[in-house]
Amino acid sequence: MKRNGKLLAAPYTLWMVAFIVIPLFFILFYGFTDNDFNVTLGSIAQISKPVNLKALWLSIELSLISTVLCLFLAYPLAMILKGKGRSSSSFIVLIFILPMWMNFLLRTFAWQTLLDKNGVINTVLSAVGLPKQNIINTPSAIILGMVYNFLPFMVLPIYNVLVKIDDNVLNAARDLGANEVQTFVKVTLPLSLPGIISGITMVFVPALTTFVISDILGGGKILLLGNVIEQEFQIMNWHTGSGLSIVLMIFIFVSMLITAKYDKEGEGSLW
Amino acid sequence: MVKKIGKNVYLALILIFLYAPIATLVVLSFNASKSRAKWGGFTFEWYAKMFANEDIMSALVNTLVIAFVSALVATVVGTMACIAMNRMKKLPRTILMGITNIPMLNADIVTGISLMLLFIALKFSLGFVSVLFAHITFNLPYVVLSVMPKIRQTNKNTYEAALDLGASHFYAFRKVIFPDIFPGILSGFLMAFTMSLDDFVITHFTKGPGVDTLSTKIYTEVRKGIKPEMYALSTLLFMSVLILLIIVNRRSAGKKDISPETSK
Repeated sequence: MKRNGKLLAAPYTLWMVAFIVIPLFFILFYGFTDNDFNVTLGSIAQISKPVNLKALWLSIELSLISTVLCLFLAYPLAMILKGKGRSSSSFIVLIFILPMWMNFLLRTFAWQTLLDKNGVINTVLSAVGLPKQNIINTPSAIILGMVYNFLPFMVLPIYNVLVKIDDNVLNAARDLGANEVQTFVKVTLPLSLPGIISGITMVFVPALTTFVISDILGGGKILLLGNVIEQEFQIMNWHTGSGLSIVLMIFIFVSMLITAKYDKEGEGSLW
Repeated sequence: MVKKIGKNVYLALILIFLYAPIATLVVLSFNASKSRAKWGGFTFEWYAKMFANEDIMSALVNTLVIAFVSALVATVVGTMACIAMNRMKKLPRTILMGITNIPMLNADIVTGISLMLLFIALKFSLGFVSVLFAHITFNLPYVVLSVMPKIRQTNKNTYEAALDLGASHFYAFRKVIFPDIFPGILSGFLMAFTMSLDDFVITHFTKGPGVDTLSTKIYTEVRKGIKPEMYALSTLLFMSVLILLIIVNRRSAGKKDISPETSK
């Protein structure tokens, strides 16, 4: 086994090359060719069509807003969870993983019931005399769905980094005369940067590429880039679909580059 | 004191936000009215009907079989790969870990489409097996990423000591390495199982007509209106996992933490 130990990686290597690396070349192949398999940039250039361009900008806008919202919701949450102590750490992971056992389509769909014109939230609002909110089938509903689905991916990496910060470092800062705000800005925040960066990509990429959330909460009228790609494949238009996928991957790749710049040691990873 | 109350209120609000849709679905599963807008009284009707509904039952079986088999295969292949990678030189290991990270970082929709294009190019008919292969593919990284940190922590010398004392390679592995990395293997398996169960996007692109998992079935029902039996089934699944986790948590309280650790 010692000499042949490396052979144990063979099934894995073969599998990943066959099902991850080679399929990506298929996307590149279809993306750079037209229906007669001539090499062209036409499929990728489809992104400049007004409909597609609008979907791209809306995707970027909504996913940026959701990422920022997730960050501002998750950071204080992670700090509170850190304060709960080491012993509850597996419980905390549990709280955020547990919802995944209720199907994610159903959970998103349940927001329809909650957000409906005569839904639960509006009933509560009108009972206490507040005006009804009409956010179902609007971009706001999609943002809410994104924040709801991806919040755990922001909380967990930030929490993982925060619990590793030595309390003595914080105490030292206070001993040296820093107040709470200064301690946070000068010590906690910089030390938690890897977690923040990793959380940002963990939220931004799925939000940018989703087609299900916009489908369920946008009423099928609001198209994100993911919806456009899905529809292209629905009508068997593989070349355009692949071309648009390449555009999507370019955006993912750019966000990875930004991440890699700040998170060299991979300390902030989710798992 | 005020600060502490404030913190707990914030925590409670987030938990309400995370669990409100789940509570909604649980309530709907007991709703006698078929409409999800109004409450028509309490009933167990949907729980009874669900077991009689062949479509839902076959989707459930597909979902569970795919989740279990894909998680199992991914765990075995992934763990073997981790053992081997630990002995590799830096360059091949870095390349392999880089490939491992592709499906984690790439969009699900792209992974799904790329697999679909591969299956079609190979004239491999889209159906149960193609979905299974796709699930094994996206499960593998979860296993590798949770076993790898544990393997890096194992001590090479204890393994070699076992060999010097006459243990065979396999015996030494089973008695020395395996107990150390078992928590990582277990959490990798559970993570893979959960991800497979909850996946929709990749299944959507790699499945053929006639084969459905719960996710794809729900997706087609979203437009027409979801059958209340579906709420009943999900409530049942959720509750059984909840109870199982509470039992496991009780038993392992005080023991070692099995949650996957951050890779270093």
